[in-house]
Parts: sequence; C-alpha cells; structure tokens
Amino acid sequence: MKDDRAQTAAFDELQDDLPEPHWSVRMLRSLGQQKSAQLGVAILALVVFAALFAPLISPMDPDSQSLTRVMKPPLWEGEGHVFVLGTDHLGRDLFSRLIYGARISLIVGLSATVMAGSLGLMLGLLAGYYGGKIDYLIMRLVDFVLSFPFVLLALAAIGILGPSLWLIVTLISLRQWTIYARIVRGNVLSLREQEYIIASRSIGGSNLRIITRHILPNVIAPVIIIGSLYLGRLIVIEAGLSFLGLGVPPPTPTWGGLLAEGRSYLYVSWWIVTFPGLAITLTVLGSNLVGDWLRDVLDPRLRTR
Amino acid sequence: MAGLILRRLIQAVVLIKCVLIFVFLLVHLSGDPVRIMMPDDSTEEDIAIVRHEMGLDKPLFTQYVIFFKNVALHGDFGESFEHGESALKVVLEHLPATVELATTAFLLSIFIGLPLGCLAALKENTVYDKSLMVGAVLGQAVPDFWFGLMMILFFSVKLNWLPPFGYGNWDHIVMPAITASLFHLARLARLMRSEMIEVLRQDYILTARSKGLSENVVLFKHALKNSAIPIVTVLGIDLALTLGGTVITETVFAWPGVGRLTVAAIHNRDYPIVQATVFLLASIFVIINMLVDILYTYLDPRIQYR
Repeated sequence: MKDDRAQTAAFDELQDDLPEPHWSVRMLRSLGQQKSAQLGVAILALVVFAALFAPLISPMDPDSQSLTRVMKPPLWEGEGHVFVLGTDHLGRDLFSRLIYGARISLIVGLSATVMAGSLGLMLGLLAGYYGGKIDYLIMRLVDFVLSFPFVLLALAAIGILGPSLWLIVTLISLRQWTIYARIVRGNVLSLREQEYIIASRSIGGSNLRIITRHILPNVIAPVIIIGSLYLGRLIVIEAGLSFLGLGVPPPTPTWGGLLAEGRSYLYVSWWIVTFPGLAITLTVLGSNLVGDWLRDVLDPRLRTR
Repeated sequence: MAGLILRRLIQAVVLIKCVLIFVFLLVHLSGDPVRIMMPDDSTEEDIAIVRHEMGLDKPLFTQYVIFFKNVALHGDFGESFEHGESALKVVLEHLPATVELATTAFLLSIFIGLPLGCLAALKENTVYDKSLMVGAVLGQAVPDFWFGLMMILFFSVKLNWLPPFGYGNWDHIVMPAITASLFHLARLARLMRSEMIEVLRQDYILTARSKGLSENVVLFKHALKNSAIPIVTVLGIDLALTLGGTVITETVFAWPGVGRLTVAAIHNRDYPIVQATVFLLASIFVIINMLVDILYTYLDPRIQYR
C-alpha cells in the first residue's frame, strides 16, 4: 500500500517534468471530460452533415409547392400526412427547407470567417512584425472601422446595392477582420522579442522566413479560436439580414427568410416561425460551445472575449 | 484633459464627415440613382427631366459639394418620396420612440444583468450560479428577433396578456425592451460574474475581511468598485450598439422608431430617408463613443490616450 502511494507520487513528479502533450492530445482529452464541448461538437457535426448531404436526407423537394397541403401542422399533431415539421403557406415541406437552409447559414458564416480571418491575420502580422508607420496605419484603420455602427451601414449598403451572398460575406468581413488583426498583432509583438526569433535573424533568416516559419505557426491558434467564437454571431447577423428581407434572396431557403415568411402566419401556424429559430439557436449554441472549448484548451488567455 | 477633449472632438467631426461621404456615395454606387428611383415604365425623356431637376447631371464632385452644403447648413437631405416632407424632419419625428426603446432596454440590462452576475459570483459553483450561466449562454445564442416572435406567440397569441405590436401604452414596450436587451443582458451578467470572481480573489479583499470589515462593506466598497471599470467600457459600447441596433426589434414589434423607418425606406427606395437615418444614427454612435472615451480616461487616469 505504502509502496503504491510512493510510486504514484513518483509518477506524478515524472509527469510534471514531461513536456506538455501535443495540442491534439489535449483537445481529445478535454473533449472526453467536458460535456458542453461534446454537445457543441455534436450539434455542429449535425448541422454540417445536414448542409453537406441536404439532397440525400431531405424527405422532399424544398421548393415544390402545392395548394392542397398549405400550412399543415407538424406530424405529431396527427392529421395523417407525411410532413415531419409541417408545411408553410405555399405548401412546401418545412423540414426539407430547414435542411437546405443550413447551407446558406454555414456558407455565409464560414466564408466570412475565412475571409476576415485571413485579412486580419495578414494585416496583424504586418503591423506587429514591422511596427512603426505600418503598425500605426493599420491600427488607425482598425479604430476607424470600429467607429461606425456596422449593422446599420451594412443594411443601407445591401438595401441600395441589392442583396447577394457575396456582398453580405464581404461586408461582414470588412468589419470582422479588425478583431483578428488586433489579437494577432498583440501576439506577434511579444513573439518578436523571443530568443529563437532573434537567433533566427542573427543567422541570417529573412523576414519572410521568420514570419512563415516561426511566427505564423504561433498565431494560428488564436485565429482559429476567434473564428469559432464569432461564427455563431455571424450566423445570427446573416439570419437577421434575411429576416429583414436583405439576405440571400428567395426562393433560396434561409433560416432568417423562413422566419420572416412565417411571421405573417404567426396566429395560425406556430411551427413556421418556431423551427427555423430553433435551428439558428442550436447552431449558434453549438459553435459558441465549441469556441469556448477550443479557447480553454488552446489559449486560455483569450478568456476575456 | 482639455487637449484630449479637443482631439476627440476633431476626430468625431472627421468621422461624421466620413459618414456623410458614405451616404452620398452609396446612392451613386448603385449605378444610376434616377433609374432606380423611377418606375420601370418611365420614358427616357422623363428620366432626363428628373435627372436634371435633381441636379444629378452635374459632375460627381459638384453634386457632393451641393449635398454637403445642404446637409451642413440646412440639415437638408431632400424630400422623402414617401412622406412628401423633409427627410430629416420625418427621421427626427421617429427618433423619440427609438430612444425610448433603447434606453429602456439599456436600463433593463444594467439593473437585471449586473445584480444577476454579482449573485452568481458570490454563489460560485452552486446550482444557482450554474443555472444562471446556462441561461446566459442560451441568452447569447438565441437570435433576438426569434425570441421576440416567440414572446408574441406565447404572451399575445396564447395568453393574450400583452399587445403583439404597437406603441403608446406601458404594456407595448415590455416585449420589445426585453428583446432588445436580451443579448446585452446575458453578456453583462457573464462579464460581471467573471470580473467579480477575479476581484474577490485579490489580496486586498482578504485584507479587508481580515480587518473585520462587514461583508457588505467588503462587497460594495471594495469588490464592486474595483470590478466596475471594465464593465463601464462595455456599457458604453452597449449603449451605442443598442441605439443603432434596434432595427430588428422595431421591425418585429412594428415599433414606430427610426430603425423600422430605415428598413421600410430601404425597401421603398426612399433614399433621402435612408441617407438621413444612417447619417443621424451613425453620428449618434460616433458621439456616444467619444463621450465614453473621455469618461473612461477620466475614470481611470492610468490609461493614456494616444
């Protein structure tokens, strides 16, 4: 017994001396422990699956209308039909439209994240690494962008230029990059003074080599974390624009658009507004939980976000 | 301090001027504004006449100078196509409703969000704390417009307790205010909790307690005060955001404010109204940000303004 305890203590000590396990090991380990992270991953996986395989899993054509089956309630209200979540005011199957709606939400959310992330990463690297005038200019640009009420300006721009998927993605990115730029710049500023960077420079490493080989790998983690933390909010912005009739134009099913259509029939058919909103909430919840988890594992210093 | 205020004022003026350029260019970026404004079946002559009347046949820069002079000297954005009145006048008429909604929502998130966050921090890791935080996480995930619709479904359609939309009585503002405050309330509660937990771990709290000060004094005089600074910054940003962000809430509840006016004007291509609202709301946003910055440096002199 005593032996056992001594052994355990010795083992613990040994463990303390070991280097921190690889990030992928830490991620899997904490995924095993955290229920909220599991929930988040499960939800996101489900949504991505639905978006990818929409034609295979949706029971009906999302655009096929029929006046004989207008506004049927969900299956469990028992009217003897086959529409799982009921039908809308044109007789389209709500469940199928929801599945297809996942596509627009994810496309907008992910492409805006990638666009804003790469722009912010690049400008943040430049500002942090070169400092001086470049830094000053980029950071003033960040302040400038943040001085305006984004949603309002985007609304006006979309309203006048006409709604389209890429305009929405571009507008969201034009604002989001500032968040990445700030974080990356801060990280680069402290990395720049590290010994291995100075060493690399003293043996003649070029700026390009130092940035791509030594700095970039160290700032990728925060970029991924910020991306996942904000993904949910971008999905809400997209849904909000669609709700106002300024999103990807119909008949493409979007969750926000479904809500807007259902709003007129609030008194007669509760399901048309209820389910799209649930889908948005679940997706946002999933991405928020995944974001929290990635942050806790990869970079707990970002906790204040 | 005077230098700081002056510098921030100049900055605000420059920013507001940028907004003006934005709203001016917006209408021109859309291609030919006359063609967009006119009905589809209008003849070429009609279009030419309207273009000349509106001064849109002049060079772009001349048009900007005229636009700028009109706005700066007379507050004139042109007449609203829809209302047949000065656009700025129409927008100003809708402003009080928006301010009313935004301030109510703002006060709600302060007076509910902050105490909830404090309580959660004091009862860290209890059932109360955990359920509150689950609520806050959900509150940040739910899209506000859907939450508003669900409230209408429940409180108006099912229970018939509150009016589903409209403006006037006290009961009209209940659901819109909750909807507009939901996200900020949840975020504020989470932030307050983490700040408070952080502060309660500090040595000076231990010192205060070991001196034998009552728990109330420790909490209100020492803990609350020290967790206030980050909260004040977020509050400032929140106020500005709520004012510019009631667009969706107003649309859901048919609230007769500037946000709903903007959306309607966008759909009706009533550009003078769009220009006037965007300009007005963006200017308010810039001014609030400026005031918050000044207040912040005043509250915490350690922060040196660049």
